[in-house]
Amino acid sequence: MNLLRDQSAALRTRSPLAYLQGMSRGSLRRALHIDLLATVPARVTSALLLVLVCVAQPSYAVEAQPKLDIGKGGQCVEDTQWMRKNHMHLLKHGRDDALRLGIRDEKHSLKTCIECHASTKDDSVTARADSFCVGCHKYEAVKLDCFECHSGTRKSAWLQQRNAK
Amino acid sequence: MSDMDMDRRNFLKTSVGAAAVAIAPGMMLYSVAQAKGEGASSKVRWGMLIDTNQCKPGCNDCVTACNNENGLSGETKATDSQWIRKIDIKDISTGREISLPMMCQHCEHPPCVDVCPTNASMKRADGIVLVDKHRCIGCRYCMMACPYKARSFVHEPLTGQNPDVPRGKGTVESCTLCVHRIDVGGKPACSEACPNQAIVFGDLNDENSEIAQKVRSVASVQVRADLRLNPGVRYQGI
Amino acid sequence: MSSTPTLESLQFKNRLYWLLLAIGGLVAAAGMYAVHLMEHHGHIITGMNNQIVWGMPHVFAIFLIVAASGVLNVASIGSVFGKAIYKARAPLASLLSIAMLAGGLTVLMLDLGRPDRIIVAATNYNLTSVFAWNVLLYSGMVGLVVVYLWTMMERRMNPYNKAAGIGVFVWRFVLTTGTGLIFAFLTARQAYGSALLPPMFIVLSFAWGMAVFHLVQTSIYMWNEKVIDPAILQRKKHLLGVFVLGSLYMVATYHLTNAYFSQQQGFERFILLDGGIYPSLFWWGYVLLGNVLPLVLLYAPGIQRDRWAALAALLIILGGFALLYVFIIGGQAWPLNLFPGYEVSSTFADGQISAYSPSIYEFLLGLGGLSIAFLITTVSVRVLNFMPQDKPYIAD
Repeated sequence: MNLLRDQSAALRTRSPLAYLQGMSRGSLRRALHIDLLATVPARVTSALLLVLVCVAQPSYAVEAQPKLDIGKGGQCVEDTQWMRKNHMHLLKHGRDDALRLGIRDEKHSLKTCIECHASTKDDSVTARADSFCVGCHKYEAVKLDCFECHSGTRKSAWLQQRNAK
Repeated sequence: MSDMDMDRRNFLKTSVGAAAVAIAPGMMLYSVAQAKGEGASSKVRWGMLIDTNQCKPGCNDCVTACNNENGLSGETKATDSQWIRKIDIKDISTGREISLPMMCQHCEHPPCVDVCPTNASMKRADGIVLVDKHRCIGCRYCMMACPYKARSFVHEPLTGQNPDVPRGKGTVESCTLCVHRIDVGGKPACSEACPNQAIVFGDLNDENSEIAQKVRSVASVQVRADLRLNPGVRYQGI
Repeated sequence: MSSTPTLESLQFKNRLYWLLLAIGGLVAAAGMYAVHLMEHHGHIITGMNNQIVWGMPHVFAIFLIVAASGVLNVASIGSVFGKAIYKARAPLASLLSIAMLAGGLTVLMLDLGRPDRIIVAATNYNLTSVFAWNVLLYSGMVGLVVVYLWTMMERRMNPYNKAAGIGVFVWRFVLTTGTGLIFAFLTARQAYGSALLPPMFIVLSFAWGMAVFHLVQTSIYMWNEKVIDPAILQRKKHLLGVFVLGSLYMVATYHLTNAYFSQQQGFERFILLDGGIYPSLFWWGYVLLGNVLPLVLLYAPGIQRDRWAALAALLIILGGFALLYVFIIGGQAWPLNLFPGYEVSSTFADGQISAYSPSIYEFLLGLGGLSIAFLITTVSVRVLNFMPQDKPYIAD
């Protein structure tokens, strides 16, 4: 828990080195698009590369954060910083529980995320460049693999569309 | 399922929900996890009893309902997914004709689960056979192994899926028994849509359920019973 | 036996070598392009569908994998049974095995619906799946053959050669059994689900592996302007002939036992008599071109030249492809029997013969796999010494 708080704090200070320390190895890898090369040498190289980038370009840290269309927004199911760091673990853990064991954690399900965070304009977390999921993942350069199969729209909007057909 | 059971189920669900809401934001993940539902139970065996005497030739309502519920295109090209299909059969020696719906039979010993290299094909504790598309690599061995030809492979990129029914290119899929409905106390779309109530859905292990009482009192068979797979779907009148 | 090389002839060969590499590389690149398109558009651009779920890529892949196991026969006869002329050929046989395994597995992997998730196959492992067993069998085979090659090519490792040879010998039997079991475990399909299939695949692997070996050996001898010792050629031809007869026997047994069961007669009639392309490929392609003609070429008195033996080998390989096409695709084209004793019809091709026409992309993928095997072989033969070194006498 303490570690998580530290990481969130590091995230807030936006200093590149602190940011780097706060990053999990997984996000480092994802940031460099080398999911498939998850070998130890690749990890070491990627860490070195990132350090080089940070040292060479101090301006990296002050780059503006993306403006996201956060949908309804407001109070989330967990603390915002905590969610920024850990939503992928919730989703990944939850997907196996829900599908394989039938334990549906509705509070933390992808559907619930979408229900709240889909844009009020187009009911989607993926439709535009500033949509909730797409906008941030683009900024962080992390490949988004959920929506090839999962719908990024609110169920109500999907029902409307289907019934209109 | 009796009304009393249904109430108990709903009570449990709402109390779980209330517990979840009561927990303050920022709580640890594990404490939240304890407040979740108990999941699929091995005490339950979901199944269906299909009365072919009540199934009208030419009626396609169950198929349409399935396509509508699960977001399938409804087209029938060789590369299109069909989770449920109507089969017309005619006894060669007597000429008797029967019409019936065919879908994943949710076997107790599913060959698709045996052959799947990555455990993507799986059977839930309550007997529902599913494809875990997070794990499916699209080798299609399960399609070779299924005696009922119940599975389809997604040949094209998809858009506009039902938020409750994720589907995607390059993975295998089949009837889920509308698991997303069952988990909230509902029943499969085909069963609901049949105008003659020819598809009875329920818990085969619950001796008070309609389906358990019916399979006790009327003659029903499993398709390809010779393979000893013990499907959860049974047919009456063949 | 060989003429003195001139500068011109060496230059010519050098260019030819690069040309061969370029052609092989081009075909492999075309295969990769086909994979890219299949990734982008999905399997809709192939001829495969929900009825014929395994198509042309699987014909190529299974041929390569079966032949990769069979080619090791040459090595086993040398190492396990101690025959000198085979021992001299064991390194080349091992190389071919690795090359064909690599080619076949590449095709199999790239045909997956989600090849990007191949790591899942290594991290989630279903112990009841023969596919999962094969993941271990295939990768273990590559490792074992590499060790085996090492014991042959590194003098200090020579003492372990026999042990490694026996290891390879056992492993490849298990491996081809595993390949046969992929089909033997399919309980509901009439073409498959027979315990005869693993031994049938093993004997087929002998014939196909030997044919591939002979073809490559002939090319290498021609390249080096050498002539194979007629006594050795005679023995190799004889062995190849025996393997071909053996495999023909297994295939005949498989079909004859099927034809005896009345529940299987419809299927046998389809595959052997009135199924259109399948009987044609079976009788003309496999039996006549792939067995009868090669046997004539191998055994007829008066035909002694090594070119004829090479032609026989080529025909055996083509016959192998024909048989696999009939077996894999014809076997799926025949409908599943959900309701024995009933006429059946539906929107999902129940009770109908399924149609299949392979698309160009499937061929490109399959040929890409072949060319990967070709490239590995060509480069290795060039940079390392795989030329069989026969002693001037035959010891056994």
